[in-house]
Amino acid sequence: MHLLKLIPFIAVAAAACATTATSPNTGGTASPPGEPTKPLATRVSYPKDPYPSTYRAMPAEDVFIRNATVLDGLGGMIDRGAVLIEDGKITAIGSEAAMTMPAGIKTIDAAGKWVTPGIIDIHSHLGAYPSPGIGAHQDGNEVSGPVTAEVWVEHSIWPHDPGFTRAMAGGVTAMQILPGSANLFGGRGVILKNVPGRTAQDMKFPGAPYTLKMACGENPKRVYGYGSGGFPGGAPYSRMGNVAGYRDAWQKASEYKRKWDKYETDFDAWEKKAKSPAPADGQKKEDPKDPPSPPDRNLELDTLMGVLEGEILVQHHCYRADEMAQVIDLSKEFGYKVSAFHHGVEAYKIADKLAANGICGALWADWWGFKAEAYDGIRENIPLVHQAQNGCAIVHSDDAYGIQRLNQEAAKALADGNKAGLNISKAEAWTWLSRNPAKALGILDKTGTLEPGKSADIVIWSGDPFSSYTRADLVFVDGAVTWDRANLNSQPVVDFELGQPGEGDRK
Amino acid sequence: MIRKLLFAAAVLAGPPAALAQQVAITGGRIVTNTPQGVIENGTVVINNGRVVSVGTAAAPAGATIIDASGKWVTPGLFAAFSRVGLTEIPSEDPANDISAGGSKFQASLHAADSFNPDDTAIDVNRIEGFTRAAIVGAPGNGLFGGYGAVVDFSGGFNSIDTRQAFMLAELGEGGASAAGGSRAAAWTWLLTAIDDSKAYPRGFEDDGEGDLLIRKEAVALKPVVEGRIPLMVEVHRAADILQLLTLRQREPRMRLILLGATEGWRVADQIAAANVPVIVNPLANLPDRFEILAATLENAARLSAAGVTVAIADPGEASHNTRFIQQLAGNAVANGMKWEDAFRAITSVPATMYGRADLGVLRAGATADVVIWDGDPLELMSSPDAVYIDGVATPMESRQTKLRDRYMKLNENKPQAYERP
Repeated sequence: MHLLKLIPFIAVAAAACATTATSPNTGGTASPPGEPTKPLATRVSYPKDPYPSTYRAMPAEDVFIRNATVLDGLGGMIDRGAVLIEDGKITAIGSEAAMTMPAGIKTIDAAGKWVTPGIIDIHSHLGAYPSPGIGAHQDGNEVSGPVTAEVWVEHSIWPHDPGFTRAMAGGVTAMQILPGSANLFGGRGVILKNVPGRTAQDMKFPGAPYTLKMACGENPKRVYGYGSGGFPGGAPYSRMGNVAGYRDAWQKASEYKRKWDKYETDFDAWEKKAKSPAPADGQKKEDPKDPPSPPDRNLELDTLMGVLEGEILVQHHCYRADEMAQVIDLSKEFGYKVSAFHHGVEAYKIADKLAANGICGALWADWWGFKAEAYDGIRENIPLVHQAQNGCAIVHSDDAYGIQRLNQEAAKALADGNKAGLNISKAEAWTWLSRNPAKALGILDKTGTLEPGKSADIVIWSGDPFSSYTRADLVFVDGAVTWDRANLNSQPVVDFELGQPGEGDRK
Repeated sequence: MIRKLLFAAAVLAGPPAALAQQVAITGGRIVTNTPQGVIENGTVVINNGRVVSVGTAAAPAGATIIDASGKWVTPGLFAAFSRVGLTEIPSEDPANDISAGGSKFQASLHAADSFNPDDTAIDVNRIEGFTRAAIVGAPGNGLFGGYGAVVDFSGGFNSIDTRQAFMLAELGEGGASAAGGSRAAAWTWLLTAIDDSKAYPRGFEDDGEGDLLIRKEAVALKPVVEGRIPLMVEVHRAADILQLLTLRQREPRMRLILLGATEGWRVADQIAAANVPVIVNPLANLPDRFEILAATLENAARLSAAGVTVAIADPGEASHNTRFIQQLAGNAVANGMKWEDAFRAITSVPATMYGRADLGVLRAGATADVVIWDGDPLELMSSPDAVYIDGVATPMESRQTKLRDRYMKLNENKPQAYERP
């Protein structure tokens, strides 16, 4: 399941839309007939958000959750705590005794229950590899080449994947959907709110940055080297081929960026000249000549340039410690930052280096050994990455089942770390599930912790969420209840499940 | 390696002195899996690889006392379905003996012949409380996956308890594909294989082959068609389960075990009436395939409530993460299964299923596979403090704990390679 998912054929887009150098927000330079002077040419630029979010929060009531054990997601725990939700936002959190309940507000007595920030899974393929996992649904790897930074996984997402609702039942309120790991550059990832939608855009997290999936190690070299059956085929065949492939692409991206930077500079100069008033002495204004031509647009390099400009966050699939160290140097060579290493089965071997470079480790609690680069997995990986000075550990799933129980994965890792002599609290461990993934996804200003002003993305658990026996009772996204365990009518049933055996059953 | 050598030496030399020493585990909360139920503050006495007594009596004089106050004492966990010892790295062919698509033999194959007691996954899973497992390969060509074995997790060269514990076969989508493309083909394949085996040696005299099976394969299936060894069939769709159960009328001698049974809850009464045990994954709740559209987290609980004998395992996490079974059982409880039934589903139920009523229970005379836990064994944050197999305390270390200990501190003067925890 967690191994590379591939289909034995390559789907090629039948008809690529013709792209033009001008887009809706670029004006032409043609003069309307009869005009004596030509209008000023406009700068060529492309929209950064051409598939914008159409997310709308579901109807929400103001709610006062009281009498709960609250984990704030920042590492704190509040006994007999309360959380106030107004207009879909958290407006207060703290000890109930110290809080004032607004008059007439709906209250939830959470005696015996725990309240946490909603879980954010930083590594999911839901929608792109949906259930059922039939051949027609294999939309997560554009295996046509080792560098496919031009593809955007949101264009594959099937919003009717039943996996979204199962993740909801597990307390997941947001997630990053990534392309698969066949390629060196797999394409853009997208951040979703876990709400039902008719389209992928309905689920897109408003204001979240784009991300880029990259992959180390065995998968790219297997898929494009000896695994593709195309000998002599193409690169990479080896780990050194992987790195050469990254460098080649980053070099092209650097040159592409230089061309665009030059275009911007030249256009600025041209515009200044064109807009400058005629000389006061009545002499003829100097002809600014034609505006500079923009570089040809390259969708692949657009994405890579976005990384170099710091707008797109790199999410790098990488198992081995030595390879992660190579990638850190690669990122310095070309001047970008890795946001998180994903899978990082050997992250514990370089926990200090990851922390020193501000890179999070998005990790499994205990998957190991299914391939050579996963052979050195240990159960204390997450707590050891956490334990490093300024360490940033994240529990991730990469799996439609694992995403339903990330709290349980954290529990296992926490217990093993503490049994090995670490001293990590449950409240600190919750940072692995919401704050740290929000940070690595660039959405920590919006969600991930229980702080006033943030979206009310919250879970009320039936008890201690580090117990096997605990379930998510109520899940809120922007203050709206997306999942109510006690009420089958408040549990979404996706289109695919209608009219099928088990429709509307307890899932 | 040192441990392995010592261990092997101990085995070769016969019961060492330590084995003859009586051990009394005192003060713990004992889960017996017998009519004795749970005993608080109880004592388990073991000697010569056997449980001598279980109860509240004081420890016998002279016994080595193991204080388990505040702890749980249980039978060792028994993985109802595992592939531990069959592959060191599943993605690397030379390190993977799970299936043999290129062999003309399938039913004749014995997982025991591939089992490697040095497989690192054995230690990794033993220190999580597993003492026994039913291991089996996978069908490589056709419906049969060969004979499954019962093994222990000691890591010793004599780890194989039962060479022929069960035979594995596959129906449903997987079986249809293997048999040529349809469920009808798979069903005909299964019945023809049974008929060939029953007919053997009659009908094989002239051309050496039956309608489907070659001689060797027909012979291999004999114990199965004669009901001496159970046939475990992976099957999920409710209708496929019912069809398989018709085999009980056609072949009354044969014994069946259902593997998967993801839609089993829909036909739970029929499964119970046929007295066929099931091995389920309680967390299978996605319509991954069209044969499991009715998957639900409550499958294990509903089957159990209907009187079906339920064991718990996940064939998808069967080699390196056999330990996942503990989490599966805890989640079965979270979704309605009684704790006692869920715990039996990973101990005494599989033991009995494979003919080992001496395992999975703590009672006088039982084989002394005992685990001392620091808490409820179905809780995610609990783990074993000690694991006894055949009455012998086993090392609580694995290749993983060595890696952990080597890298606990990173700022050391000499490279980690000089450090051998």
